[in-house]
Amino acid sequence: MQDTRICVLDYGSGNVRSVNNAFKSLGINSVISNHSEDINNATHLVLPGVGGFSASMEKINSSLPLDLVRVQISKGKPFLGICVGMQVLGAVGYEHGKTLGLGYFKGNIIRFPDSALPIPHVGWNDVSYKPQSTLFHGLAQNPDFYFVHSFFLNTDIEHPDVAAFSEYILKFPSAIEKENIFGVQFHPEKSQKNGKVLLKNFSRVK
Amino acid sequence: MKKIRVIPVILLRNGQIVQSKFFREYKNLGNPFKAVERFSNWDADELIYLEISKTQSYGRTDLNTIEYKSSTELLQQIAESASMPITFGGGIRTVLDIEMRISNGADKVSINSLLFDSPKLVLEASVEFGSQAIVASVDVSLIRDEYFVFHQGVNSQIKIKDWISRISSLGVGEILLNVIDRDGSKEGFAIDLYKKAALSSNIPIIALGGAGSWNHFATVLKETMVDAVAAANIFQFQDQSVYLARRFLYENGFPVRPPSITD
Repeated sequence: MQDTRICVLDYGSGNVRSVNNAFKSLGINSVISNHSEDINNATHLVLPGVGGFSASMEKINSSLPLDLVRVQISKGKPFLGICVGMQVLGAVGYEHGKTLGLGYFKGNIIRFPDSALPIPHVGWNDVSYKPQSTLFHGLAQNPDFYFVHSFFLNTDIEHPDVAAFSEYILKFPSAIEKENIFGVQFHPEKSQKNGKVLLKNFSRVK
Repeated sequence: MKKIRVIPVILLRNGQIVQSKFFREYKNLGNPFKAVERFSNWDADELIYLEISKTQSYGRTDLNTIEYKSSTELLQQIAESASMPITFGGGIRTVLDIEMRISNGADKVSINSLLFDSPKLVLEASVEFGSQAIVASVDVSLIRDEYFVFHQGVNSQIKIKDWISRISSLGVGEILLNVIDRDGSKEGFAIDLYKKAALSSNIPIIALGGAGSWNHFATVLKETMVDAVAAANIFQFQDQSVYLARRFLYENGFPVRPPSITD
């Protein structure tokens, strides 16, 4: 693991510190940065996220060297989006207006429909993952992760890019995997043992 | 299936963790960091950390126990030792106060006075940081069969039902509903209040105030639709308290995460 260098992309999102702390507690090299050099030198990129879709996209556009990040992704560098960091990988976000996402995954980001259940979806929920998934390797069936969100990526859970789904009001994709691009709707950095396993699995992706 | 959260609450007053009764009497319990480590080891679902000092003070100078220099430092240290989501509350007056807490490791902030003093700022903050990051802390007291919202110890004359609909429109993501008359009483939760509150609210309600036994958690979960149960004192006095609470609920068939401990 000595050679792994995580770069937690810094665009003023709230949870950069927790994500960085989580990698460090696993003994994995990790920096918080938006500098081209750090992004180039990193072996893995992580896009954390909390807050609204449009506010996040605005900050991503203004604070990150997005062209460079896109090149790195296309070269195959492992990339993990967390929470809103996963949502922005979708096509269009509908939180506080209509905002273009980064477009790596099919589907728009919409709000949970009204029901008897409260929104946001907040707390621990189980995640049903596909056996071939990389991120969940070594975890028990239906492990619990910590969620806090009102919006979700609206894609058919049978779609090949969907690595896991969870259920709240409806079944929604809680993890996506497409080649070197990963996204999780929950917060692995706040999900204790299960979260640590997932982050370790990501850090081992070559 | 989503699990019910069991949430320990830490009250910080003048740099020390305290036990509280009826929002008036306080007993010192000690170091502001040790409890976080314990709750973290017992795999608490979440943690709520409330600063209830009247003035800014970072330690008892008489006991020579200054543990930290500022709220920022306190928060950073807590966030580093905690593996669970943290809500941080107390002394929040501006959007900058919220940003400071979130950028230093708080996952959510809890606001109380701001709801009365600057509703517009609450709305702004919920757009900027997302509703999920803003927890409304609401203190109520039973006055002649009706629950009224209290603000800084004074009856605002606002009924809880009206307050819930008003603050929901400000974009808050959760309501931490605390009953002053039950605080530290060990009499159990105010079932009637939570039954109605959870029905009338379309955002999650966290019940706080009165837990004196694990069975009290079971009762409020059986009788009401609250999204989470929280308590302060009961978790402070017993080894592995949070683990034991969740084990009790788990074994009695409530939808909580399986109990576990991290060494």
